[in-house]
Amino acid sequence: MKKILKNEGVQSLLASLLCIILGLLIGYIVLLFINPTGAFEAIIDVIKNFFNYAKLNLQLKNLGNTLVKTAPLLMCALSVLFCYKVGLFNIGAAGQYVAGACASLYAALAWGWGWLPCLLFAIVAAALLGVIVGLLKAYFNVNEVISGIMLNWIGLYTANMILTNVKETTSPYTLHLRTANPSAILPAMGLDKVFSGNLYVSIAIPLAIVVAIVILVLLEKTKFGYELKATGFNKNAAKYAGMAEKRNIILTLAIGGALAGMGGALLYLTDYEQWMCTVSSVPGMGFNGIAAAFLGGLNPIGTIFASFFIQHITSGGAYVDKTMYCSQISDLISSIIIYLCGFVFFIKYAFNLYLSKKENKVDTRFTKKEMEEIQDVQNAKGGDEG
Amino acid sequence: MSLLIQYTLIFASVLTLVALGGCFSEHSGVINLGLEGIMVIGALGGALMMRYLPANLSPFLMVALVILGAVVFGVVYSALLAFACINLKADQTIVGTALNMLGTAAATVVVKAINTAENPDDVSSTIAYVQPKKAFIININGFEFNWFMLIAIVILIVAFIVLYKTKFGLRMMACGEHPQAANSVGISVYKMRWAGVLISGALGGLGGICYILAGVSEWKFENGVAGFGFLALAVMIFGQWKPLRIALAALLFGFFRALSNVYFGFDFLASLNIPSAVYNMMPYIISLLVLAFTSKRSRAPKAEGIPYDKSMR
Repeated sequence: MKKILKNEGVQSLLASLLCIILGLLIGYIVLLFINPTGAFEAIIDVIKNFFNYAKLNLQLKNLGNTLVKTAPLLMCALSVLFCYKVGLFNIGAAGQYVAGACASLYAALAWGWGWLPCLLFAIVAAALLGVIVGLLKAYFNVNEVISGIMLNWIGLYTANMILTNVKETTSPYTLHLRTANPSAILPAMGLDKVFSGNLYVSIAIPLAIVVAIVILVLLEKTKFGYELKATGFNKNAAKYAGMAEKRNIILTLAIGGALAGMGGALLYLTDYEQWMCTVSSVPGMGFNGIAAAFLGGLNPIGTIFASFFIQHITSGGAYVDKTMYCSQISDLISSIIIYLCGFVFFIKYAFNLYLSKKENKVDTRFTKKEMEEIQDVQNAKGGDEG
Repeated sequence: MSLLIQYTLIFASVLTLVALGGCFSEHSGVINLGLEGIMVIGALGGALMMRYLPANLSPFLMVALVILGAVVFGVVYSALLAFACINLKADQTIVGTALNMLGTAAATVVVKAINTAENPDDVSSTIAYVQPKKAFIININGFEFNWFMLIAIVILIVAFIVLYKTKFGLRMMACGEHPQAANSVGISVYKMRWAGVLISGALGGLGGICYILAGVSEWKFENGVAGFGFLALAVMIFGQWKPLRIALAALLFGFFRALSNVYFGFDFLASLNIPSAVYNMMPYIISLLVLAFTSKRSRAPKAEGIPYDKSMR
């Protein structure tokens, strides 16, 4: 039992669960303040999400919707995670996600490309955005958080400007992919049938999971991943050991950008959403990715589950009673969870301290007994001598 | 033209206030990435005051109480950052980011709850303050003088004096440069850092209410403050963590931000037919360029971002 509790992975899991429980609890308290009568039902509605439907086929269909949005979230989370492992905080994932969405939609609608070239184009475009952050960091010493945020806004306005060329004439939304260019829609490969004919379910979901595993292998089992992590631990030591630390920083942010950009393409190439060309705030997907990455204990596999959970409650927010509450309550809960994730190291530290104290207590008892034995022996010896 | 000057000055005031807030926090050794969220919460505090105070209140009281609301909200909210980063030694970047998201989400939830409670059909996150806004503005021949312009100048002078001419300010800066050395001569690093973060909360909240009063007379809280907190951080870096330079940097950034509000008033600019999105992007592009050229020889406080641990050397 003690061995299990001392395991790093188990501790991460426990800490994440604690964050979730506290996050939900605080969300519940906020609901109580707004209106005490329906608060409990509302928080249950958020947690239930697709289980709010009685019939199995509707449940599956809505589970499908949640999964459609989990795939891009997972990609954004992987982007944040990958960069964080190299000591870089890629808050620019939000903008890279926008770049991916914009590139894939424009290629699909203006040039009529198929889904694979669209996806690749999105990856390249977003990677380039990441490279800008990397260049600024490596050669100009610009904090990647600040430049990332600036590029988020630049990316957003650029996307609005570019996508205005392919929007519907009467609305601010881009054309429907399904009618304008069905060849750009990600293939379903029969997955849609599993989720009661949900048209939006596609290979995006398995693809994102495969990428998560690739990232895990890349970080843990390859020389390249080792070099990147070494650069993250200590830039100067890595340089001293002959690693190209500047190249590593740029490469990391390029990969981070590629991941987030792929996320954007994985959502918009399903036609689940259309881009609104007048949107005036950066989409929350990239920021929620930060939540998912940290909630997943910065482990790619953990992140898969964390992404699903974050998307689960975000989608669940739509089911609260709108006459009393608003769906942003789930944004509130996920931001509280990130805040609490900042304490994970402290939680682990306190937990380990508690464990070792317990151990020490056992140790002292044992030594007392030992001491008595020793004394007995000594007494006996003394007796002999006497 | 007077409109351009008016907007430049008011946006520069916002940026000066918030960047000075960041300056205090960073000089004490804590990177305050949560300024954006603090601005939103401060704006919420002020907006709630304007909503609930009687409209016939004297202008002076109105201004004072709205400012008080914004400052109190900002300070309380920044305590979340201080507690996490100073006492629990949490990662300052994560906590700051969380506060940014939490600020917008919490403000939206609160405002929507208020609006819906009053009228079940109203699900907007907007607070309107057409009438109370008038207390802040004096019209001089078409130029709208805003009290915040004066407040920003006063705070700039006070900040300069506090940082460089008082025991408190110099001690605080010591905590951002070398906390162990500061501690060894009897300065409480924790207290100083708490003070730095709370001051940044007060100034951030003040900047927040100033921002939403700048051009419009209602605010949709779902939109947060559109990256202004981060622009302020860029101003702070460009200003090399020095109050007077920060004010000059704020004027430059304020000018480009103002341009996106009023460019269509200039025949020359309007005839260029550049999409409005380009003007919207301008402040962010400029700040990237400026950062690229100034960050290399950055004079950031040496110990910023590193949680203080007494047992470390």
